[in-house]
Amino acid sequence: MMNLSDFKDHFEQLQTENPESPIAQIRLEGFHAFDKAGLPTKRNEEWKYTDIGKLFNNEYRFVADISDSSLTSTDVDAIRLPGHLEANEIVFVNGRFMPVLSKFRSPQGQLTVLPLEDAARGIYKEMVREHLGCSSAYIKDGIHALNTSFINGGVFIYIPKEQELNHPLYIYHISDARQYNILSQPRSLIYIERNTKVQLVETFSTIGTSECFTNQVMEVVVHNNAVVEYYKIQNETANASQVSTTHIRQTGRSYVHAVTVTLNGGMIRNNMNVVMEAAGNEAHLFGLYILNGHTHLDNHTLVDNVKPNCFSNELYKGILDNETIGVFNGKIMVRPDAQKTNAYQTNKNILLSDDATINTKPQLEIFADDVKCSHGCTVGQLDENALFYLRARGIPKSDAQELLLKAFALDILDQIKPELLRGYIEQLITERLSVNKK
Amino acid sequence: MLSITNIHASIEGKQILNGINLSIQAGEIHAIMGPNGSGKSTLAAVLAGREQYEVTEGAVTFLQKDLLEMSPEDRAREGVFLAFQYPVEIPGVSTTNFIKAAVNEKRKYRGEEPLDAVSFMKLMKEKMAMLRIDQSLLSRSINEGFSGGEKKRNEIFQMAMLEPKLMILDEMDSGLDIDALRIVANGINKLRNENNAILIITHYQRLLDYLQPDFVHVLYNGRIVRSGTKELAMELEENGYDFIKEEANLITAE
Amino acid sequence: MKQELNTLEETVSGDYKYGFVTDIETDVIPRGLNEEVIRMLSEKKNEPSWMLDWRLKAYRHWLTMEEPKWPNVNYPEIDYQDISYYAAPKNKGKLKGLDEVDPELLRTFEKLGISLNEQKRLSGVAVDVVVDSISVATSFKKQLADIGIIFCSISEAIQKHPELVRKYMGSIVPATDNFFAALNSAVFTDGSFCYIPKGVRCPMELSTYFRINTGNSGQFERTLIIAEEGSYVSYLEGCTAPQRDENQLHAAVVELIAMRKAEIKYSTVQNWYPGDHNGKGGIYNFVTKRGLCLGDYSRISWTQVETGSAITWKYPSVILKGDHSVGEFYSVALTNHYQQADTGTKMIHLGKNTKSRIVAKGISAGYSQNSYRGLVRAGKNAAGARNYSQCDSLLLSDHCGAHTFPYIEVKNATSVVEHEATTSKIGEDQLFYCKQRGIDAETAVALIVNGFAKEVMNQLPMEFAIEAKKLLAVSLEGSVG
Repeated sequence: MMNLSDFKDHFEQLQTENPESPIAQIRLEGFHAFDKAGLPTKRNEEWKYTDIGKLFNNEYRFVADISDSSLTSTDVDAIRLPGHLEANEIVFVNGRFMPVLSKFRSPQGQLTVLPLEDAARGIYKEMVREHLGCSSAYIKDGIHALNTSFINGGVFIYIPKEQELNHPLYIYHISDARQYNILSQPRSLIYIERNTKVQLVETFSTIGTSECFTNQVMEVVVHNNAVVEYYKIQNETANASQVSTTHIRQTGRSYVHAVTVTLNGGMIRNNMNVVMEAAGNEAHLFGLYILNGHTHLDNHTLVDNVKPNCFSNELYKGILDNETIGVFNGKIMVRPDAQKTNAYQTNKNILLSDDATINTKPQLEIFADDVKCSHGCTVGQLDENALFYLRARGIPKSDAQELLLKAFALDILDQIKPELLRGYIEQLITERLSVNKK
Repeated sequence: MLSITNIHASIEGKQILNGINLSIQAGEIHAIMGPNGSGKSTLAAVLAGREQYEVTEGAVTFLQKDLLEMSPEDRAREGVFLAFQYPVEIPGVSTTNFIKAAVNEKRKYRGEEPLDAVSFMKLMKEKMAMLRIDQSLLSRSINEGFSGGEKKRNEIFQMAMLEPKLMILDEMDSGLDIDALRIVANGINKLRNENNAILIITHYQRLLDYLQPDFVHVLYNGRIVRSGTKELAMELEENGYDFIKEEANLITAE
Repeated sequence: MKQELNTLEETVSGDYKYGFVTDIETDVIPRGLNEEVIRMLSEKKNEPSWMLDWRLKAYRHWLTMEEPKWPNVNYPEIDYQDISYYAAPKNKGKLKGLDEVDPELLRTFEKLGISLNEQKRLSGVAVDVVVDSISVATSFKKQLADIGIIFCSISEAIQKHPELVRKYMGSIVPATDNFFAALNSAVFTDGSFCYIPKGVRCPMELSTYFRINTGNSGQFERTLIIAEEGSYVSYLEGCTAPQRDENQLHAAVVELIAMRKAEIKYSTVQNWYPGDHNGKGGIYNFVTKRGLCLGDYSRISWTQVETGSAITWKYPSVILKGDHSVGEFYSVALTNHYQQADTGTKMIHLGKNTKSRIVAKGISAGYSQNSYRGLVRAGKNAAGARNYSQCDSLLLSDHCGAHTFPYIEVKNATSVVEHEATTSKIGEDQLFYCKQRGIDAETAVALIVNGFAKEVMNQLPMEFAIEAKKLLAVSLEGSVG
């Protein structure tokens, strides 16, 4: 059981050990916020359906204790994603960026990857000062503040203007839970300049069977005329829980395409925020979750329309089996200046078990009048008519069911543009659905 | 009846009409043709009083009154009817109620008593029979879920109910197959008489086969570049707009 | 464009038409709330001791509770010691008929357009009128009594039908349910009581007209409707309050209970004083309404047209306990000027094959904030539960807000829940189309708004629908140049 004084001790230790750190001040602000907010409870509206506090019943080792993990490149090989041979690979172990395990394939000048502390000292220091921590204005809970309190060993990624990256960026968050329960808190800041094109793929893995909890925050700043694809792949083991925040600010007129796929894990909370800070932005958010066992998944999304003429479309789909719990909370904000906003959102769920639960809460908050917004959500089963139609053509019920479930997942799958990655996810889904078969 | 003098109009600072002159007498049918973007629909919108368009120069008189000084609803009450290219859907408002409101507003404007339910129904039945409009169309929400043909027939029906003096038909034939086009054109022909006038705005000549215009004008770059009889329409159909464009560009170049 | 916006705003800035104070002598308990006040109130009403005990228990619980802060509304703190908890028209005694009702009061109703005399003769609507806190006139009681229907004030029911009141009051909305329900339970002064015996179909619409008259007096009415097996009743509630500068608190509780195959239809038209153009004054309307479909195949339907109150906080709900029971919620909420509404429903599916339907239409104008908040829950045993929700918002100005907060919780694999919501403004195209047909902006807006709300208006009984339609137009009406 961790209590607040444990965090305080760790925090003070971290600050004392790194008195000169340029990040010290932001950590301090983070800790004040944490101290004030505490850990969220179910009374907190944003955590109504996810009792994150219970994860802190475990005792965790802090990254600071075991910064020297013995993981080798060979250990990492086991968890590399398809397409890695062509990718820049950024590896975090227990929340700390590990340059020695990372690989860079893009030529110099197309991509800069630095430890966050170094970036905060060097020529990027203004960028870091201005943008690191900007998500705190949106996510005010203690979990988020906890990450900020312990920023240590984070990464800064910079894409200079006019660069189309041929090599995608793969970011691995690995927890080495072979010996201890691990709490890792990776932090990254990605700065994407104008006229660029970049694919980001983020994934999470746990090695070992101890409990681990990853509390990760990624902040992304996107400038004019950038095209950003972002994929989050969550296929963990049941001992691995996480809160994963992706906070994207479209500060220039740009295009964002994000897909979150969740297949396995303990308790998972995703915060997917897109803030439209420039006129004419466009964002497409997709999510697919196919859950079994006892996985608890909470997808929170926010599209905040600050400026006019933005377009967003959001589609999240889920299949829940066994004793899984799914939460979808999608918020569309339209600020007074954001006239001519078009924002759409849909959440569709299929429950395969009477022991599964889905809580869905789409939300529209609109303060401008010349807008077109809609949301819809459904909870239901497979279409009986379609099922019958297939069976009438001689297809066994279980196969027909599998076929239809796969078809249900397909329109999200199609949104994964890198072919190798899509093929890989498709294979995982096929395996999962044939297991789900009744 | 209608006299347009040197009209210039713009939208969002962009000049669309560059000095149009046109005079229409009662009993006449005029057709305005022209390539896409020539300003045809703008002219219709300006006559009906769409607020987004700014008239920067020129005058329009309609039945001796200054049309440009009037609000859109007063223009309608005076007898200007615009059959929309894209009739607007209003969910939950039945076509009957909508037309009733319109008819009675017009009567009020003229100092007449509103029609009671019985007389209104009688009038509706009469016009429905004339135009072969089905009752079921009128009980649905206005234009909501209507097919292209239904929308256009509904416009003609409203025209019949309101008995306007000037009927402006904006791309009446767009989205209609040949049967629907014939039905719509027959409807329009039944409504014409020596006291009203029709202004047809169209890209293609095919509607003109049914409506037989007295005059055809070609609009290009916001100006009438050619006027003639319906033979001009035939010529355009055969040769396209290119020769007109060339001519016009030559003139501008000089 | 700008011009159209202005026109719209002028169109929607109509004034409150029901702002006048009836000069009737009232019997008022001094402001403030404590056990003594509750005892005094109970004594004035000549209540049995169990009722007083119930009130005191509620009061003591209320003291431990906090005012809810989660709704999307803002208002200055309410001083509960600055409210008078009892205001009854004097000169009450026993009224034998309408003739004995204070003529000033009758004129008030005439101004409101509900002449009792007229209704008594013509309309077939039985009216139980609540002015401030006391039910002063009840008509049609005898005709109803002949078929076993009890329709009277709740005070009378406490005296004459204590067994029914004791059994059901608080069974659906417990005194401890929420802050305002607890307050109501402690200090409720009057309200309606309705009992429909087994197999009886109530032959007329039952109606109550609530009206807040005395300044600084909260209105805490309490309504209880019991529909026995196979019975049917349609109940209409209309509310108005005269114009006053100070905000007045209104915290009502309505409880409905439907036995096997019984059906209750509850319709509300609420136009409490919404405050003036600058948001000064107006009613705080904090209401707990809940129905229980206890028996199999029972049905409860809420329909509301909300145009009034400075603040509305109200979620008429249905607990679907009986198998195959049906819950419905149809709502139009129109906010203008600085009004704030946070309203919606809860559909709690517990029984098998239960069905619910939600149609909510929000219209925001001026500087108002209009929120839909709803919950659909299908429990583990609610096999085959079915819900369909449609929430649409229409925006009429660029200063107002429209918000949607639906919660959907499903805990079994055979339920089907569908929710759809849209937000849009009145289309300039729509307005222009109307104008081109000779319809002016004001009429066009009323036409479009009524079209938008049609699905809900269709649920209202005929005579109420006409009133509600007028009310929407009045709330939107103004001087168009």
